[in-house]
Amino acid sequence: MKPDIKLFDSDGKRLDGRKPDELREIKIEVGVLHRAEGSCYLEWGGNKAIAAVYGPREAIPRHTQNPLRAIINARYNMAAFSVEDRKRPGPDRRSREISKVISEALAKIVLTERFPRASIDVNIEILEAEAGTRCAGLTAAGVALADAGIPIRDIPVACAAGKIENQVVLDLGKDEDNHGDADLPIAISPRTNEILLMQMDGHLTLDEFDTALELAMKGCHIVSDLQKKAILKKYQNIEEV
Amino acid sequence: MIFMSQEKREVVIPSQLLGDIKNKKAGRGTFIENGKIYAETIGVLNISSEYINVISLEGRYDPVEGDFVIGVVEEPLASSWLVDIKAPYPALLHVNEVPWDVEFNETGKYLNKGDSIMAKVLSVDMEKKLQITLNDRNLYKIKDGHIIDVEPSKVPRVIGKKGSMISLLKKYTRCRIFVGQNGRIWINGDDEDIEKVIYAIRKIEKESLAYGLTNKIEEILKKDVKDVQ
Amino acid sequence: MTITPLIKHDYLAKLAERGKRADGREFNEFRNIEIETNIISKAEGSARVKIGNTQVVVGIKMDVGEPYSDSPESGVMTTAAELIPLASPDFEAGPPRENAIELARVVDRGIRESGVIELDKLCIEPEEKVWIVFIDIHIIDYDGNLFDAASLAALAALMTAKVPSNRLNDDETNSYEKQLEKLYSIPGVDEAIIKKQIESLKNEDFPLPLKEPPISCTSVKYNNVIVMDASLDEEEIAEARLTVATDENGDIRAMQKGLSGSFDVEEIKKVIKTSIDNGKKIREILYKNVGK
Repeated sequence: MKPDIKLFDSDGKRLDGRKPDELREIKIEVGVLHRAEGSCYLEWGGNKAIAAVYGPREAIPRHTQNPLRAIINARYNMAAFSVEDRKRPGPDRRSREISKVISEALAKIVLTERFPRASIDVNIEILEAEAGTRCAGLTAAGVALADAGIPIRDIPVACAAGKIENQVVLDLGKDEDNHGDADLPIAISPRTNEILLMQMDGHLTLDEFDTALELAMKGCHIVSDLQKKAILKKYQNIEEV
Repeated sequence: MIFMSQEKREVVIPSQLLGDIKNKKAGRGTFIENGKIYAETIGVLNISSEYINVISLEGRYDPVEGDFVIGVVEEPLASSWLVDIKAPYPALLHVNEVPWDVEFNETGKYLNKGDSIMAKVLSVDMEKKLQITLNDRNLYKIKDGHIIDVEPSKVPRVIGKKGSMISLLKKYTRCRIFVGQNGRIWINGDDEDIEKVIYAIRKIEKESLAYGLTNKIEEILKKDVKDVQ
Repeated sequence: MTITPLIKHDYLAKLAERGKRADGREFNEFRNIEIETNIISKAEGSARVKIGNTQVVVGIKMDVGEPYSDSPESGVMTTAAELIPLASPDFEAGPPRENAIELARVVDRGIRESGVIELDKLCIEPEEKVWIVFIDIHIIDYDGNLFDAASLAALAALMTAKVPSNRLNDDETNSYEKQLEKLYSIPGVDEAIIKKQIESLKNEDFPLPLKEPPISCTSVKYNNVIVMDASLDEEEIAEARLTVATDENGDIRAMQKGLSGSFDVEEIKKVIKTSIDNGKKIREILYKNVGK
């Protein structure tokens, strides 16, 4: 793919003024919904995501139950008004695939063996989309799991790196995603650096991949700190009452 | 019930490193990985001479044998009832575990959908199958009063140290109060008094991490009595 | 399904006998209402409304499409609601069920039948191109009274929506202007308003043309009392429900009775009266928040 617009200015800054290794702005709020057992609202650049966790509760229908562990049902959904051209409401092939890879990523860090036969339902709603919704959604889901008191080995976090104009950069924005050469979203367990989710499209050399992975990891750790601060903030506020 | 330290209330988050199995045992709310003890849930750190515990601040009720709970009947079956005790799974109440002689297929005559009962957790098996019983002192079907829900993690605060909070509520309102370990609380008494108890419990819930909570609540209850007079 | 102890219902009924509600409100009192607009920049208009713990997000998207053959010079509006499983442990994923469909239709009717959107001003080229207005209702936290929360959020989103006229090419813009000018000849139409609208169209800052909207207020009846803006607990024991939408003159513009219980005529009149009173207050909150 040949870029048809310039993605760097003469100072080496990106379209939105970021440096190559800089994240978009991120805002995280915990416990935003009263009905859900755990919830999180997250803004990541122009992305707006809400995650809500229900459970553990007996998995329905019964044939989905695992006698040894809980199943994780992540459901990623985009609001009709979240994108430039209105999206038809309801799941499509893309959202089903993302739901599946997120479910699998979360299953690794939840202590699912504590809840045989149960399901833990993680609902992710994208209210506004602007490149990187799966990372925003998974990051919000990680916080919502912690807020729901679900026993977890770690708070999962996601971030992407990519390649634009032959340079590896962190956290692709919308135009960079559309006109860039590669996108590498990952989710990790930040305590162990284990990779829970990895997808790639485009074209990377082996060296570029190494750089991109390292950069995405670095991004994950920055976002992880923001997650933890946001979770603790909920309880600091109470203590000050 | 786990003793809650009044002195130090450090909030920890999942994945936080708490200690080494060489020095302490991994207690509630923790898990072990490569010889290290980590928090598995958001909660208050509690270190005893032997154990490292994390007293969860969120999450569902995790039933333990012998807990007293308030259940709500989901469905009468042929020789048992399915009862919601706010655990991840419904609990089974077998006809042998009630104080009545129940004929086969006549369970609905005694307890029906939506009925509330005070019960005791009889057993929790490996697959987390739950059984409860009414065969213990003072367990019965609840016929009047009101039931409210609090976070199961806040039950120890509602009860207070050695039951101090609950005694306080009873003293100032003359209500009968039963606190289920599962976060359901039954209150019975004069209508005005029930409202007063609910108000106080909501306050406890909101400020569950604050210091000197018992004194604060006593002030509120005292003031309320004056207002009524 | 979440199961509620019957004793909670008995308690609400007992409180009602003493003239009280569980959260301390008066029978005819709404919960606290918060409105936030322009929360989704990708949408032409958007709003988040909170009524107590109930939370609804509405986004307005607009697109150029074909008109219906029976109204070739009129824009098209469509309303959809999703009761997504994020909002309640009892909402399931999948295509909209009865409740979501009723909700969407009641909101739609309140807007369509009282002509809130001036659809005749959304015709770009007769029989060929008109604006389609999509109203998408997203319930994100459910604690009762979705009808009023969704209606209010839809209005707040519509009132802050801008027609994306920058998407039109020059021919379309010219045709659209002519179409708007045609409305001059219709008796009762204020020329000044249309002139202003054409001006704003040229400046690509054309607010969605709207009339004063009716405000919807929903009451439920249980244990022989009627309460406004029911919480989820109250909805669970509700025997009958009545939604009344009233306009700025205090006239009735839409109604919907629901559930298997009934009202007598006196009760209906009383509900209408409290709906007008609350409608006034909510209208003030709405106008303040959309900068009107």
